[in-house]
Amino acid sequence: MKILVVIKQVPDSTTTIRVRPDAEDIERAGVKMVVNPFDEFAIELAVQLREKRQDVASITALTVGPAAAAEALRTVLAIGADDGIHLQDPAFDRLDELQTAALVAATVKDAGYDLILRGKQEIDLDSGQLGPALAELLDLPHVGAATRFELSADGKRFAANRRIEGADEVVEGSLPAVVTIEKGLVECRYPSLPNLMKAKKKPVRTVTAADVPGVSDIVGALGGTQVHRLEPPPQRPPGKVLKGEPAEMAAQLVRLLREEAKVV
Amino acid sequence: MSNDVLIFAEQRDDRLHAAVAQIATPARAVAGKLGGQLVACLVGDKLDQAAEALARTGVDRIVTVSDASLAMYSALRYRTALAAVAAKVAPRVLLMPATFMGRDLAPRVAARLRGALATDVIDLDVVEGALRVRRPLYNGKALCQVHFPADRLAIASVRPNTFPAAAAGGAAARESLAFVAGAGDERLSTREIVRTGGAVKDVTEADIIVSGGRALKSEENFKIIYELARELDAAVGASRAACDAGYQPHSRQVGLTGKTVTPKLYIACGISGAIQHLAGMRGSKVIVAVNTDAEAPLMKVADYAVVGDLFKVVPALTEEVRKLRH
Repeated sequence: MKILVVIKQVPDSTTTIRVRPDAEDIERAGVKMVVNPFDEFAIELAVQLREKRQDVASITALTVGPAAAAEALRTVLAIGADDGIHLQDPAFDRLDELQTAALVAATVKDAGYDLILRGKQEIDLDSGQLGPALAELLDLPHVGAATRFELSADGKRFAANRRIEGADEVVEGSLPAVVTIEKGLVECRYPSLPNLMKAKKKPVRTVTAADVPGVSDIVGALGGTQVHRLEPPPQRPPGKVLKGEPAEMAAQLVRLLREEAKVV
Repeated sequence: MSNDVLIFAEQRDDRLHAAVAQIATPARAVAGKLGGQLVACLVGDKLDQAAEALARTGVDRIVTVSDASLAMYSALRYRTALAAVAAKVAPRVLLMPATFMGRDLAPRVAARLRGALATDVIDLDVVEGALRVRRPLYNGKALCQVHFPADRLAIASVRPNTFPAAAAGGAAARESLAFVAGAGDERLSTREIVRTGGAVKDVTEADIIVSGGRALKSEENFKIIYELARELDAAVGASRAACDAGYQPHSRQVGLTGKTVTPKLYIACGISGAIQHLAGMRGSKVIVAVNTDAEAPLMKVADYAVVGDLFKVVPALTEEVRKLRH
């Protein structure tokens, strides 16, 4: 079984997001970049499958991103991927999520991956488009936001749960497939220092636009959204502070929620 | 391509999702600007009640795709059905609710129809014949505008609880389209739906959420949160710290790696308000925080910051709400 994990490098979740003066992007200088936390669940699942089973032949990590994204690739190689594919070209920087999915699909379509894993969404754009779109473009089934994932003994079928409103859908399907991972499916390990050292020796193949035949037609066939005019969220007006005895505060709060805020 | 707007009218078990009536509101406005009709698509098995509820949202035309194999959601079969309706209607804009189903289906359908997609949008407009939307990113720490190309289908999933529900008319033309399964659609199926979290509402489907943090100190102590939630007909949420400590399941976690919620009232009890938690709930209409520490970050963003011991304040609140109800 060949597993592909598609990851993205994103600003760390604790980063203070500042919008650039031209409002076309956020300030990137000094921002700590990490592997998208949901994609870390994806590589963790891949490694756990290999630990549990005899039939996982390889785990490949793929990312689309600038030169600096190589660091994210190294992190997942240290967690347990065998090799990496880095799609890196100035032409790729302008692609939207659907176009990125088309680029990835064109790159991996003949590689025969049995299982393609990805986080349920990226914590920068918050879009979650890539996994399901990639599945569509490769004509594969997908399970989105899986909270449980199990392979059959023969490695041909899977069973998964996906979260919906107050319930789980219990899903079954056949491989090859794309699965995007929700928090709670696995607990992530940290890469050890020896593994970080070893990761430096693992092979990473760089793929540029010139390596993908017909790339401009492929990405030009769909998507094409453009992000503009970033701004911070509107400030909430200052709130009211209630102090005093619990019973008095409770009565005052319920009155305010009823008469002022009109929400109860 | 027509000038019509198509909405995906999500239903389960013949019950229309509440978010559908909400997206009908901006859908109608966009259809007006484009000079087209508002068409809705229903996919499922039995659809009569859902179709009636859908007609009351004021759509002009309803296209149903009904088949026993569509009784439960499947990304493959629903994609096939929705794509078939889109091929028939040839809309300029397709809107879907940004629900669990909509988030899962929208990218697949967008890729199949060679459209362009923005997810979780909170505002929609038409500028020079092209859709233009606003959406949050960086987990609500910023907003942006997304411009769509004018020459291909524009698809957007719309964040629930953002628009008021449309309620007008009821005389929609109804037609049906036979379901023709695509090659390989049988590779994926939903076996069953299992309720999680017991009798209490899920945070994603509640108008009011009462949330507890690590200050609750134990799973047992969460019962005061559940009691207040019951009086308010609210869902119970929890901070990451409370979930990681095992006080509540991760399915109740609100925040960056949990669920993003936008209820009309969010009551945070003993949650200091890490930036990841704020990211998941700052879109709430009214925020109440109960904390002994008046300087906690959540107390600063709260509309009503109650300085006090949650073990005294929360039961007192439950009592006050009970008085209101009886």
